[in-house]
Amino acid sequence: MSITGLEVAGQGAAAGEAALDADAAKIQGRSQWQLTWRRLRQDRVAMVSLVVIGIIILLAVFAPAFVAITHHPPNIAYPNQGETAAGNPVPPGTAGFWLGTDGTGRDLFIRILYGARISLFVGFVTTAIGTVAGVSIGLMAGYFGGIVDTVLARLTDAVLAFPYVVLALALAVVLGPSLKVIIAIISFFAWAAIARIVRGQTLSIKEKEYIEAARSLGAGPFRIMVLDIVPNLLAPVLVLATLYIPQAVVFEATLSYLGLGIQPPTASWGNILADAENFYQVAWWYVVFPAAALLITTLAFNLFGDGIRDAMDPRTERLFAAGRARGRRGRRAKRQVLADGSESDMSHAAPYVPPAGGS
Amino acid sequence: MSDPRVSTGPIPTNPTTPAGDDVLVRVENMVKYFPVRAGGLIQRTVGQVQAVEDVSLSIPRGKTLGLVGETGSGKSTLARCVAGLIPVTSGRVIFDGRDITNLSRGAMRPVRREIQMIFQDPYSSLNPRRRVGAIIGDPFIIHKTATRAERKRQVQELMERVGLNPEHYNRFPAEFSGGQRQRIGVARALALKPKLIICDEPVSALDVSIQAQVLNLLADLQRDYGLTYLFIAHDLEVVRHVSDSVAVMYLGRIGESGPREPLYRSPRHPYTVALLSAAPAADPDAAAARQRIILTGDVPSPIDPPSGCRFHPRCPKAEAVCSQQEPQLEAKAGDAATHLTACHFPVQAGENLAAASRSKLR
Repeated sequence: MSITGLEVAGQGAAAGEAALDADAAKIQGRSQWQLTWRRLRQDRVAMVSLVVIGIIILLAVFAPAFVAITHHPPNIAYPNQGETAAGNPVPPGTAGFWLGTDGTGRDLFIRILYGARISLFVGFVTTAIGTVAGVSIGLMAGYFGGIVDTVLARLTDAVLAFPYVVLALALAVVLGPSLKVIIAIISFFAWAAIARIVRGQTLSIKEKEYIEAARSLGAGPFRIMVLDIVPNLLAPVLVLATLYIPQAVVFEATLSYLGLGIQPPTASWGNILADAENFYQVAWWYVVFPAAALLITTLAFNLFGDGIRDAMDPRTERLFAAGRARGRRGRRAKRQVLADGSESDMSHAAPYVPPAGGS
Repeated sequence: MSDPRVSTGPIPTNPTTPAGDDVLVRVENMVKYFPVRAGGLIQRTVGQVQAVEDVSLSIPRGKTLGLVGETGSGKSTLARCVAGLIPVTSGRVIFDGRDITNLSRGAMRPVRREIQMIFQDPYSSLNPRRRVGAIIGDPFIIHKTATRAERKRQVQELMERVGLNPEHYNRFPAEFSGGQRQRIGVARALALKPKLIICDEPVSALDVSIQAQVLNLLADLQRDYGLTYLFIAHDLEVVRHVSDSVAVMYLGRIGESGPREPLYRSPRHPYTVALLSAAPAADPDAAAARQRIILTGDVPSPIDPPSGCRFHPRCPKAEAVCSQQEPQLEAKAGDAATHLTACHFPVQAGENLAAASRSKLR
């Protein structure tokens, strides 16, 4: 949808005639994405989350710039300015250490920024791999059915049933901890949930007449899956993917905390927290700031994911309208309706068109 | 479509008629069974849904065959077998002189350009996530028959041809009414200039006033492009309006077939008579004068169809022989050679079947 939509819009723009373009813009139908975005913009929590996510990404991307400002590279210890006489971390604000130092006298702020780079990288990459794999596997299982479905669906169930922390720990021990191994492990557990949802949706979509219409035109299975099925799957997949990012971030932090993830001296929120354990009585900032970074990041992604889910549900439009009219009371009412599962499934029923509409 | 002038004129888009054959589609002894499976991990076949049982029919070029029957009579299955969407259990489909039965997808590809379908549900037959231009333009992309710029022009021509505003090219299906959506489906089917269009209940989901518009559009297109239609419906009046000949299906078999007028004027199969008596009449006097034949019971299961004549458990005229012997589809005494009936006791002119059905009810 988005692909063809952009393509068509591009063609319209290329037509060149200003009047024609204005006309085209007027009659251009609103796509599902435009509607989703309009609803999302009215969701204050989701928009704040989006801004927070943006700030975190910017901080991570520009971490080297902060190094240039503070002159504190992430892996350099400052035993003189960065440690007290007893060898403990110095508190925030001391000697140009904005958030204080860690146990070996390194700049905590810079290390948290570098930890964010790892966390976000792992979060996005594993989610991307898991989503592509999950969508492909779910599509094939649902579309081809038969023996393909039996094998793939049972494999999915097996992965979902596995105690993943135990397997992850075992794999990390056997393969040796490294960034690649972490990404492989987290990706491996990412695809199954998406594959299961995609398979179920594919099973229902492939019975639609427009799939039969595509087959009667001579379209091959690949074309049907990409053009006719995937666009109808994007909404649930996008929600699942957004909600998987914070899980992956926490997963990475857990492995690193246990010493089986990112290895020192490379900074990661997990291994910073592991080190901070020894100092929590004398240096509160050493525990609080990396933990807060983890909390804020996962919370922002989770709230944003919830916002997308609400915005993609066509029935939330009227709830938002009610919310605008009645303020906070309306929002609470909306929550209640959404909490009640019967009112908030992801189905997109065709809107009712009066039969006498004419043609 | 029933206009006699249509058939006599030269057909502009199909100048070649191989082997001097004026029959475009011939279905020979088609059988389609769907296996019924049971069991958990290891599935075994426990029965067969006998959806289509030994059906033969043919459609001349530029003509319309109306296929009527109630839900579950196998008419949609027959249509999908002809279109090559599902494999046939046995029998043959001859299209334009070629045997196209169970061709591979690659071999079927060129045939797909010549056989198109219009679907029943104008809502589920259009992908809600794609713009109308992309939906109608799909056939051109799949068969690589037009460049990008050409495609847009052709799509807009098609939209205009079926009575849609070509400027609505960028809209989504949800922005159209049911009738307009069905026009989009017609435009898509028309894109590749097919010879045969299979209409699977194209108007039964539409409002009556819209039905007429779509039917007239289909008639215009048939006249202009020399199209051949296999027209499936359960509305007898619609079929009468569009068809040159009619076949009545019951439980996977053809009960009666023939040219439209003789079949409607003097139906011979008791099922046809019952169907016609149940069709709503627009004229209240005619409706009041008519005697309805009430059939008892439901359509039997196609997994275990009745022996002999499949209609015998519900037939007001059934006798012992009906449950033992399968009646052949043949011309009955006094009928034209093209008017075929599969019945041991065909209905005679002036016979009161309603009375017979009432006495049987008692």
